[in-house]
Amino acid sequence: MISSLLELLPQLPPFLPLLIGSLAAIFLRGHLRSVIMLLAPVWGALQLAAIDPGVYWTFQLLGLELEPVRVDKLSLMFGYLFHLAAFIAVVYALHLKDTMQHVAGLSYAASAVGAVFAGDLITLFIFWELLALTSVFLIWARRTDRAYGAGMRYIVMKVLSGVLLLTGAVIFITQTGSVRFEEIGLEHDGILKLGSWLIFIAFGIKCAFPFFHNWLTDAYPESTPTGAIFLASFTTKVAVYSLARGFPGTELLVWIGVTMACFPIFYAVIENDLRRVLAYSMINQVGFMVVGVGIGTSLALNGAVAHAFNDVIFKGLLMMSMGAVLHMTGRINGSELGGLYKSMPKTTILCIVGAASISAFPLFSGFVSKSMIMSAAVAEGYDYVWLALLFAAAGVFHHAGIKIPYFAFFAHDSGIRTTEPPKNMLAAMTIAATLCIIIGTFPAQTVYALLPWEVDYQPYDITHVLTQLQLLFFSALAFAWLNLRNMYPPELPSTNLDTDWFYRKLTPGFVVPIYYSVMQMMNKLERLANIGIRRLIRMSYDDDKNQPKGYFAKLWPIETMVLWVAFLLAGILILYYV
Amino acid sequence: MFEQHFPVLPIVLPLIAAPLCMLLGRSQLAWLLATIVSGISFCIAVSLLMVTLDQGVLSYALGGWEPPWGIEMRLDVANALILSVVTGISTLVLVYAKDSIATEIPQSQHTLFYTAHLLCLTGLSGILTTGDAFNLFVFLEISSLATYTLVSLASDRRALTAAFRYLVMGTIGATFILIGVGMMYMKTGTLNMLDLAARIGEFEYNRTLNTGLAFILVGVSIKLALFPLHMWLPPAYTHAPSAVSAFLASTATKVAVYVMIRFIFTIYGAEYVFYSMGMDVILLVLAIVAIFNCSFVATVQSNVKTMLAYSSVAQIGYMILGISLVTTAGLMAGLLHIFNHALMKGALFMAVGAVFMRTGSADIKAFRGLGKTMPWTMAAFTIAGLSIIGVPLTAGFVSKWYLVTAALEQQHWMIAFLVLIGSLLAIVYIGRILEAAYFKDPVQSASDKTIKEAPLMMLVPMWILAVANIYFGIDTSLSVTAADAAANWLFEPSAQAVFQSASQSASELGAAR
Repeated sequence: MISSLLELLPQLPPFLPLLIGSLAAIFLRGHLRSVIMLLAPVWGALQLAAIDPGVYWTFQLLGLELEPVRVDKLSLMFGYLFHLAAFIAVVYALHLKDTMQHVAGLSYAASAVGAVFAGDLITLFIFWELLALTSVFLIWARRTDRAYGAGMRYIVMKVLSGVLLLTGAVIFITQTGSVRFEEIGLEHDGILKLGSWLIFIAFGIKCAFPFFHNWLTDAYPESTPTGAIFLASFTTKVAVYSLARGFPGTELLVWIGVTMACFPIFYAVIENDLRRVLAYSMINQVGFMVVGVGIGTSLALNGAVAHAFNDVIFKGLLMMSMGAVLHMTGRINGSELGGLYKSMPKTTILCIVGAASISAFPLFSGFVSKSMIMSAAVAEGYDYVWLALLFAAAGVFHHAGIKIPYFAFFAHDSGIRTTEPPKNMLAAMTIAATLCIIIGTFPAQTVYALLPWEVDYQPYDITHVLTQLQLLFFSALAFAWLNLRNMYPPELPSTNLDTDWFYRKLTPGFVVPIYYSVMQMMNKLERLANIGIRRLIRMSYDDDKNQPKGYFAKLWPIETMVLWVAFLLAGILILYYV
Repeated sequence: MFEQHFPVLPIVLPLIAAPLCMLLGRSQLAWLLATIVSGISFCIAVSLLMVTLDQGVLSYALGGWEPPWGIEMRLDVANALILSVVTGISTLVLVYAKDSIATEIPQSQHTLFYTAHLLCLTGLSGILTTGDAFNLFVFLEISSLATYTLVSLASDRRALTAAFRYLVMGTIGATFILIGVGMMYMKTGTLNMLDLAARIGEFEYNRTLNTGLAFILVGVSIKLALFPLHMWLPPAYTHAPSAVSAFLASTATKVAVYVMIRFIFTIYGAEYVFYSMGMDVILLVLAIVAIFNCSFVATVQSNVKTMLAYSSVAQIGYMILGISLVTTAGLMAGLLHIFNHALMKGALFMAVGAVFMRTGSADIKAFRGLGKTMPWTMAAFTIAGLSIIGVPLTAGFVSKWYLVTAALEQQHWMIAFLVLIGSLLAIVYIGRILEAAYFKDPVQSASDKTIKEAPLMMLVPMWILAVANIYFGIDTSLSVTAADAAANWLFEPSAQAVFQSASQSASELGAAR
């Protein structure tokens, strides 16, 4: 029955249903809007089921063969994931009356879908910029000064990434003559090398590579409770997709990924804002995926995309539970929360499911994908990488698995008495939590079935399960012991310095004076140019008579014109004879 | 059976219809006849373009006299493309003219207008189709004389002096071309272009031929209004009736550019003109000065028609720049710009004509507040204006893109940069009009009659051109393919050599003539 229904659907570009949903949200209000917004992702997912792999709607622009829609298994997997994420996020945001967030959220999801189905670099660039432009409204929708500033810094980084991508793409297109978005790699000669690096850095900025990561930890915690769910689902995952398609097996990515997996742990442990903790843990999880892409074997790539799939769900779940806390209490700092399990028992349980998933407990979704990446690292002989990832996995359990639920719902009682969040929030979290458990228990029937590359992998064997359990228990032991001895970094209201100190503090202190003196010089030049232009205009335009003046602007008498003819003819003739 | 005569029909049909218009006596009937004839010519031109794209060159011996004795009509992709543009614009302008000339030309002279227009079309088609150097001069004179008449038809008396200036300069230009052709004939004894090309190739270096080339180039430069020989053009376009300005601005100078391409590439050969004589440097310098000087002068004009006229001279600079790069890519960009510029200047002059009709003035002050009162006209003006600036997704962008690419291909970074700076000046002069139209309140005129939107018969051709600007900015398959084929064909001496050898045997006989 479903298949006959699918045949009835007209073929549409995959991003269109979500886009139509977002446009409808502009005009509709009340229940009708809710229904349309819920239907859009479902319709979109059905569209994906109806479309066959291939390239669609190609057309010519300036002699370039554009492929706006390319469907293959890799893009399909991300396509399904994004529709699922959009659905969960829409359910979570249903209680809102803020049109701006609804429209921005759905069109953001549409841009993400468009980006993963883009078959050429130009289309990719367009959706790349759309991602930035639509998502920034989810941050600004918080409507605070901090959110505005963070949003501005966010959009600057995103536009920079877009410009780099475009420059790299133009170099590639002019040098190779092909616009197709396929494997790029960093091994090139001459100008192509520059182009590939530009594209690599553009992807890297979106992917939150170290030193480019500050936009993420800066902006995501400042977004609205519901906006953070959208933000956590799309941007970095599009970047992981782009890396998996453009730079699979680039060894540099392994080391970048390891750094990403390890360094945020320290920040996450000492951070007080619990959503910022999640933002750091997001970089850490993306680090695992980047390692997978960098290793580049089919097992590793499968692990990377499977982990992206799971991460969207369990990170979304954790973000949603923290969003629910923020929504109900208005607070998000660990030092101000605690003891909420009494008033929010359901949220507590759902949050713990998310924490178990991100910590990769067996039978939860994180386990089945994280172990793929780690096995791939061992199989390719990256022993130190494996060790570092093991450390990172323990760290994840520490800061995301224990710290988040512990400080929010247990710890010392903060005295806050509240109720469970709105029903739609609970429903969205329940969907995500159920998915976490189903995927963790039946990986072969769910996420493995979608994997783009052929692989035969069994996560549930004795070695894997035992290693993971040991790791988790010792990590939990460490937390308990440190906490009992009062040696665990306490939750304090504080500001932690990250590398963004360089551009948020050093810049004002050191660069700004230079900037001002340069600006002063520019101003002076501009004033001079202004005077020059004004003089030029005064010389060539008569204000009183309202007519142009000057030799070339006024009409020449016929004899002058003829003189010029003679002059030119004589000039050419003389030139010939010498 | 009829199709074999197609190459000559765009000349013959308007030529026969022109006196008929005069005889019909009534403005309406003359309009109908002229429009139909022009429309048929356009259809024939398009079919000829398709045939040439498909098969290459079409040769037609006029009156059954085989070339090189008789006059040959020769159509290849280059001139078939421009012929389609000219006849197409002519048809649109005629549709537009019915209402436009009603206010600008005295009723008694309407039939004269249609007659002169058709004669001008005859001349332009003739220049484009003929394969004979002297015949080209004859058609040039037919079109020029018709043009002088057209300019002087305006009820504005300043049009008479403008037409006179045009006449003096045009005649000097035509005379120079005749002198040049005479010198070539003296040396080679033939007038057929291919024959000429073959014979000129036999001379290593010849003063008579060089002098002939100098005369021809200067003569053609007057005709195409190359800086600094352009001063006949601004007053002529300013004071001519709007329909005439629209027609001339998008066809007459373009045809002159074609004549230059023909003489340089087909008759003398690019190698001779550029490598032995260094003409490319002269053209390059003049083209760049034209772009800058005339774009700048355009920015300070208060009369919008004069402004557009100076802008035309600047745009011709872009075409000559393309030619002077001496590469296939450059020539192709030049040809493409001929095509695209016809679309934009046609639409711009038509919009200004509509404004002139409703407000009685083409001064920039008359444009104030028109964004509200004449929204359709100003929207068309805006689209064509964006195209002349070279905004992406318009036709203007496509030709500038190819021009910049062609310059970069030769490592001429400076030229590419200058082309882009030139576009900035275009932003200024188009921006002034848009600012007046959309952001300024209308001046309170003494008569408080409200300004209405232009009549439909004027809006339709204007919008066809405006939409064409966008269409050819997005789907470039037709324009670019044709321009590319034409440039390749013109530039490839070997491709022309095939046809030369075919006429070689004939020319040996011809020498005995």
